[in-house]
Amino acid sequence: MKHVKGIIWIFGITMTGELLNHIIPLPVPAGVYGLFILLGLLISGILKLSDVAPAGELLLDLMPLMFIPAAVGLIEKTTELRAVLVPFAVITIATTLFVMAVTAKTAELVLHHKNREEP
Amino acid sequence: MPLYFGMFISLAAYQLGIQLKKRWKLAILNPLLAAIIVVIAFLKLTGIPYAKYNEGACYLSYFLTPATVCLAIPLYKQLALLKKNFAAVMAAITAGVAASALSVFAMALVFKLPNAYYVSFLPKSITTAIGMEVSKEAGGVVTVTIVCIILTGIFGNMTAELVFRLLKVKEPIAKGLALGTAAHAIGTSKALELGEIEGAMSSLSIAVAGLMTVAVAPLMAGLI
Repeated sequence: MKHVKGIIWIFGITMTGELLNHIIPLPVPAGVYGLFILLGLLISGILKLSDVAPAGELLLDLMPLMFIPAAVGLIEKTTELRAVLVPFAVITIATTLFVMAVTAKTAELVLHHKNREEP
Repeated sequence: MPLYFGMFISLAAYQLGIQLKKRWKLAILNPLLAAIIVVIAFLKLTGIPYAKYNEGACYLSYFLTPATVCLAIPLYKQLALLKKNFAAVMAAITAGVAASALSVFAMALVFKLPNAYYVSFLPKSITTAIGMEVSKEAGGVVTVTIVCIILTGIFGNMTAELVFRLLKVKEPIAKGLALGTAAHAIGTSKALELGEIEGAMSSLSIAVAGLMTVAVAPLMAGLI
């Protein structure tokens, strides 16, 4: 029964996130509201890590699988894509690599700079 | 068609992907990508329509929202690390969001894309739920945005380890931030595999990069 309490909390928070997404006119998805709610509950001590960790880590472990249906759905969208296929492929590949490189290098630059200041 | 067909074939294809990766030990052999290709090939060969597959498989997608909520767990565990490196974290995510917007802008100029396609690509590195809204708001083609977001995620997930090796990125914090900022939740599933710090930083990046893009995209949208 170690998952029951966690699942109740997680689904309850997810539901609250959905309500906020519905009420607040901002393009913030339910999951992001929920992420901050769960973080807030853990920081404030209202919720113990041991209450949600078993169920939460199971969901995180299965997370990659949850992307399969949407990705397989791409086969339905081939006509829309054919018009912009070349720019589409180049933009996706080039900008993803660029963003990854810039983010990682900026992080390391600031981290190493800081480490030199406080030896 | 049994309702559980979609769920079963998705899980089995993913497991096959894991086995293939174990067997050949290639970073490029990504279980998620392998699963997607196997499922698409299976549907094409058998002539089973996507709608039939998705009748059962859609329940797998429903768990994405509670799973996103749970990204708070690795983040909470690494809270001390986040506080200690707050400046680096914010600087890196800001640089990543700017790099994404500017590189999409530059590419749109190169390919002389019309505005509707250009703005469709602007939210390509952020999580689907936010990206769809950003695209819609700016007058983009939402389908193109969704496809681009998913392919960006898979591509980032696939290539991250190679990119980090080539660029000699060693810091777990930097790896996590890069995966989350460039490749949202699909990148984060790779970050969680790499380690707890990577996972936590990537989780945070999904939220922060997503919210920053909401603010930046309307400003960039008017440029073409």
